[in-house]
Amino acid sequence: MKRFKAFVKKEFLHIFRDSRTMLILVAMPMVQILIFGFVISSEIKNASIAILDKSKDELTQEATQKLLSSGYFRLDKYLKSEQELETAFKRDRVKMTIVFEPGFAKHFYSDKTANVQLITDASDANTARILSNYASMILRDFQQSHNATIPNGNSLINTEVRMFYNENLDGVYMSVPGIMAMILMLVSAMMTSISITKEKEFGSMEVLLISPLKPFQIIIGKVTPYIFMALINTLSILAMGYWVFHVPIKGSLFLLLFEATLFTILALSLGIFISTVAKNQMVAMFMSMFALMLPTILLSGFIFPIENMPFPLRMISNIIPPRWFIIVVKKIMLKGAGIAYVWKETLILMGFIVLFVGLSIKKFKVRVE
Amino acid sequence: MHNQSHEINSTEPIIKVDKLVKRFGNFEANKSLCFHVDKGEIFGFLGANGAGKTTAMRILSGLSKPTSGEVWVAGFNVNTHPESIKKNIGYMSQKFSLFEDLTIWENMRFFSAVYSMSKKQFKERGQELLQELGIWEERNRMVHDLSLGWKQKLAFTVAIMHKPAIVFLDEPTSGVDPITRRQFWEMIYEASAEGITVFVTTHYMDEAEYCNRVSIMVDGRIDALDTPENLKKQFNALNMNEVFIKLARPAVNSSQ
Repeated sequence: MKRFKAFVKKEFLHIFRDSRTMLILVAMPMVQILIFGFVISSEIKNASIAILDKSKDELTQEATQKLLSSGYFRLDKYLKSEQELETAFKRDRVKMTIVFEPGFAKHFYSDKTANVQLITDASDANTARILSNYASMILRDFQQSHNATIPNGNSLINTEVRMFYNENLDGVYMSVPGIMAMILMLVSAMMTSISITKEKEFGSMEVLLISPLKPFQIIIGKVTPYIFMALINTLSILAMGYWVFHVPIKGSLFLLLFEATLFTILALSLGIFISTVAKNQMVAMFMSMFALMLPTILLSGFIFPIENMPFPLRMISNIIPPRWFIIVVKKIMLKGAGIAYVWKETLILMGFIVLFVGLSIKKFKVRVE
Repeated sequence: MHNQSHEINSTEPIIKVDKLVKRFGNFEANKSLCFHVDKGEIFGFLGANGAGKTTAMRILSGLSKPTSGEVWVAGFNVNTHPESIKKNIGYMSQKFSLFEDLTIWENMRFFSAVYSMSKKQFKERGQELLQELGIWEERNRMVHDLSLGWKQKLAFTVAIMHKPAIVFLDEPTSGVDPITRRQFWEMIYEASAEGITVFVTTHYMDEAEYCNRVSIMVDGRIDALDTPENLKKQFNALNMNEVFIKLARPAVNSSQ
């Protein structure tokens, strides 16, 4: 234990004395949040939607057909009542729900005004805005073509857009979870892989392995400081989001920190795995950049909506760990979901940890022999 | 933990190697090595690059296990008690590996904790060693500010700080100037006088002359083992350089 404590102390000294490391650890999260506070627009195809048809007449069915044949939407399910709205969103299958009021056709033909509600999941602000615009456009089109078929047709379809979870449509809501994933990945995976390969490169790993320190003490000692660092980063990102951009934390902070720690451990195990493969710091850095950072930015749904990707990329995004973490953070922060709604993603994250730790141990054993 | 070490008495060798074989797939890196090293001895472990020195040294220091054969170091069997061996040896790598961004004192304190020295022991021993070296006043300097020669001396000091039974030196003088090398050998003699056994590899044949006994590995075998004097007689050579060249020339694997 004394040995281990001395080792962790040494690791902290390494970190505090390297100004570049400190810069990445402290300044990076702040800068990233400010940069990604901007909205990055994107186009959408095949977004999954739900329909709550309280009227079930010919007109609503026709409108539904029209919406679904546009190519922008894919019907996930018909809802039976308003009670199902919340679950449809929280299980995250649905980006938008279209609600037709009761007696829709009757209102359209006799009262000249029929109401539709477009409820979007605005924790993903871009997608929400684009989806509601598309749907409104299609419905307006539909309204005009119907007016043309009846004499003196001047009926209105009145669309009311409602944003769930993020009424003001702030883009930064979307970027906070993404930045958290990215920073944790960077701090944990990249920094540890570099710090372990550094010892290999300078030959001190050899000295440590010959010493009475056990290999697992060396590895755990290496990653311990980064768990702290990552936790501090998580808190500072949340604080920035909360006080600067007013991003809410609707769910339990404890659960959120638990998931963040889980993801940190996952990233650390990835970093350890990279260090068993990489020969020197350069290789470790490039592997972290290309194998971790780019997919985290491009394929995790951080910037580009996953439902908009071509099929092969959508498949690949499944094996990108940050994707699942981002889903979890969005659900907890913006929708106030509890563990009941995120257990599946949590299990996936745990699965990744087991996988990478297993691979590292296997690789390490081969190398020592 | 496992203190089944039989007491090492002065007559018993501190390193005993009996028919040590290490195989990697089809390649035999160590072909049935047999030798011993006495307590307090300075033992030169020579051989061309690729002759199997590193493999043997990794086994002696408890890092890897022999494919077959018996190896005893400081009274412990490498197969059963590698952890006990690790506590009783010191190691200095050819890269003089210290932590560059820590001070001299911090480096020493770290390794003192790794080798379970008490704070008091460390303070006394650390001060004594640094004063001998004449850098006690400099103890708060960062290692990356030191010259290569000082790094070398410091790496050696760290390796013997906990008074190990044996210190393994892996090409400890590569890249330093002749004067520093000479000073370094004086430090080795001092350590040996303290009772620390020195196990050293080198490519400098003049250094081989400083050893009590020298072994020369060729293609995974030990082809010669004796005092420098006897080796020179045996191979009818003027110096160790000639001995080495006569032995190593016919080697197959060594030119990689």
